[in-house]
Amino acid sequence: MITDGNPNYGVVPSTGTAAYPADVLASLRADAELTMARYPRARSALLPMLHLVQSVDGYVSLRGIELCADLLGLTAAEVSGVATFYTQFKRHPNGTYTLGVCTNTLCAIMGGDEIWASISEYLGIGHDETTEDGQVTLERIECNAACDYAPVVMANWEFFDNQTPASTKALADDLRSGAPVTPSRGASRVCSFKQVSRVLAGFTDGLADEGVGAGPASLAGLKVARLAKVDDGKAQK
Amino acid sequence: MSTQLTPILTRFWDDPRSWTLATYEKHDGYKALKKAVTMPPADLVQMTKDSGMRGRGGAGFPTGMKWGFLPPPDGGPRYLVVNADESEPGTCKDTPLMMAAPQLLIEGVVITSFAIGCNHAFIYLRGEVVHVYRRLMRAVEEAYAAGYLGKNILGSGFDLEVTVLAGAGAYICGEETALLDSLEGRRGQPRLKPPFPAVAGLYARPTVVNNVESIASVPAILLHGASWFAGMGTEKSTGFGIFSLSGHVANPGQYEAPLGITLRELLEMAGGMRDPNHKLKFWTPGGSSTPMFTDAHLDVPLDFESVAAAGSMLGTRALQIFDDTVSVVRAVSRWTDFYAHESCGKCTPCREGTFWLKQIMERLEHGNGSQDDIDKLLDICDNILFRSFCALGDASTSCITSAVQYFREEFEAGMHTSAAEMFPPAASTLFAKETVSA
Ligand SMILES: Cc1cc2nc3c(=O)[nH]c(=O)nc-3n(C[C@H](O)[C@H](O)[C@H](O)COP(=O)(O)O)c2cc1C
Ligand code: SF4
Repeated sequence: MITDGNPNYGVVPSTGTAAYPADVLASLRADAELTMARYPRARSALLPMLHLVQSVDGYVSLRGIELCADLLGLTAAEVSGVATFYTQFKRHPNGTYTLGVCTNTLCAIMGGDEIWASISEYLGIGHDETTEDGQVTLERIECNAACDYAPVVMANWEFFDNQTPASTKALADDLRSGAPVTPSRGASRVCSFKQVSRVLAGFTDGLADEGVGAGPASLAGLKVARLAKVDDGKAQK
Repeated sequence: MSTQLTPILTRFWDDPRSWTLATYEKHDGYKALKKAVTMPPADLVQMTKDSGMRGRGGAGFPTGMKWGFLPPPDGGPRYLVVNADESEPGTCKDTPLMMAAPQLLIEGVVITSFAIGCNHAFIYLRGEVVHVYRRLMRAVEEAYAAGYLGKNILGSGFDLEVTVLAGAGAYICGEETALLDSLEGRRGQPRLKPPFPAVAGLYARPTVVNNVESIASVPAILLHGASWFAGMGTEKSTGFGIFSLSGHVANPGQYEAPLGITLRELLEMAGGMRDPNHKLKFWTPGGSSTPMFTDAHLDVPLDFESVAAAGSMLGTRALQIFDDTVSVVRAVSRWTDFYAHESCGKCTPCREGTFWLKQIMERLEHGNGSQDDIDKLLDICDNILFRSFCALGDASTSCITSAVQYFREEFEAGMHTSAAEMFPPAASTLFAKETVSA
């Protein structure tokens, strides 16, 4: 048990966590060993290992930091120095779902600002805050490489394209009530934050074959090119 | 005749299950690899040089030349690292490519690794796109099972292991040396260059870092020949590339075309502006880090040289298009927030400069600017540009200086009138009608 007197390594607030139960610890260690074996040097596995910690704890916990430090022969300060650099590593327990509204320029102007304002008011929380039921953590996110589908909302890092304030509220409602939710381009359902963190640690969940290959905007040019070819053919005849 | 689209990388994205190995093999998949393993690796490097292909990740460095910079083999490991961090605002081409056709990238990785003598390649994907990660991991699995990865690939005696990893949210990790630090399990902060990665990259070993689209283009070059590739595009900007149109255009999306195509041509293919009653006001040719253009630049050929001559950069061909409902001050203010947020903090001009730029842009956006704010902005930009440790700092100044150059009066108005008052934001949204009638 970590007492309040210990350094908090960037975890806000400094929440004490009991040591991992023996079986959890054993499987975490085994998974971390697998991850470390994928790299010529073990430290390269640190980012995946932090995702792994999040898959168990729902954030980068003190005990997770200490475990990574122990496995990699680093100090806890070195590990937390890395963890605090990256926005996906959460310093306090995350909701079951991260709902990210892109408010970088392009999405903001296409409606992301309106979506943000309405969903933040609707849920009564701001950036990096979680609804009281522990279901949804709201985030303003940066450009998520889907500008042709603006405005974009991400739920646990799955794409929800061409969103509106109303569709985003409905999405939040469904996530909170446990109704099935299907991304525009992604798996057939949105997995939990912990499940997705395990995938991000490099452990497959068998869902790769679900969902579309490409959404309509990804195919816009191909469609134009195909039509032009048909026209060309007609012109030659 | 006007320029035609050239679907090459995008050609089978609409196939059902386009991401599978079976689909890829139906579309000439791994034919290029079969050819590659019969060739001397040096010929593959030469072929890439002859194609004239320049890196598709933004900077436009010639790919073959980069491979040629690796020192001669010394018996130790050499690495290929694919930059799949795609986070430059506006840039959205690598993500759909890896979602729809991950095998294209894997084949490119095997051929490139064979060419440069690498036995362990890495794909560093940004962490915020979980389904893309699933597709990449599945593609690697399928390629191992088919003998395109692993030991003694296609009986050639060549071994290759591929590891795909997910980052954890940090734009700076797209900068190649920051990426390498991140891949080594550290904070993603850029390294001093030289030494360049070709000499001392991952684990201080010779390393090639290339963009997803660059590597994915290699199989096509090998199948059709360097001169086929060089025959497309312009003399110095050869080949094709994916142009990503977003914003106030009727049909936003990915348009694969020869370099040198113009925005006017692309807009025509994309159905014109979203609302014909609103004119094109400003656009970025290659992401938010490239100085903006206006409607005066509709006919600038989108190749490296022509865009540079017109005062910007081709960057990642991320064409973010804004019509006259949009306040340029609001747009720039938000991009400035982004650079301040993503500055890694390693060097003073960028860390402190972006912090101040953000304060001033916020004042101007809210109509609270002061008399000397424009001068102050430009002065700070001057202190960041070419004085920062990496290109992120430089990039943070591009949108500001170019916007002041083209739309100074809007910045002046920011001394008394807010952006929202001059350009009501509701009019710019995708759901503008819904908002108006509500
Ligand atoms: C702040 C910053 C972000 C970058 N992000 C990316 C990126 O996401 N993807 C990419 O390929 N290149 C990115 N680059 C460029 C890389 O440093 C590097 O030039 C590129 O990966 C080389 O590949 P190429 O020669 O195939 O283009 C970035 C550069 C900077 C300065
Ligand atoms: S320019 Fe900015 S991002 Fe680059 S090293 Fe300096 S502080 Fe970091």
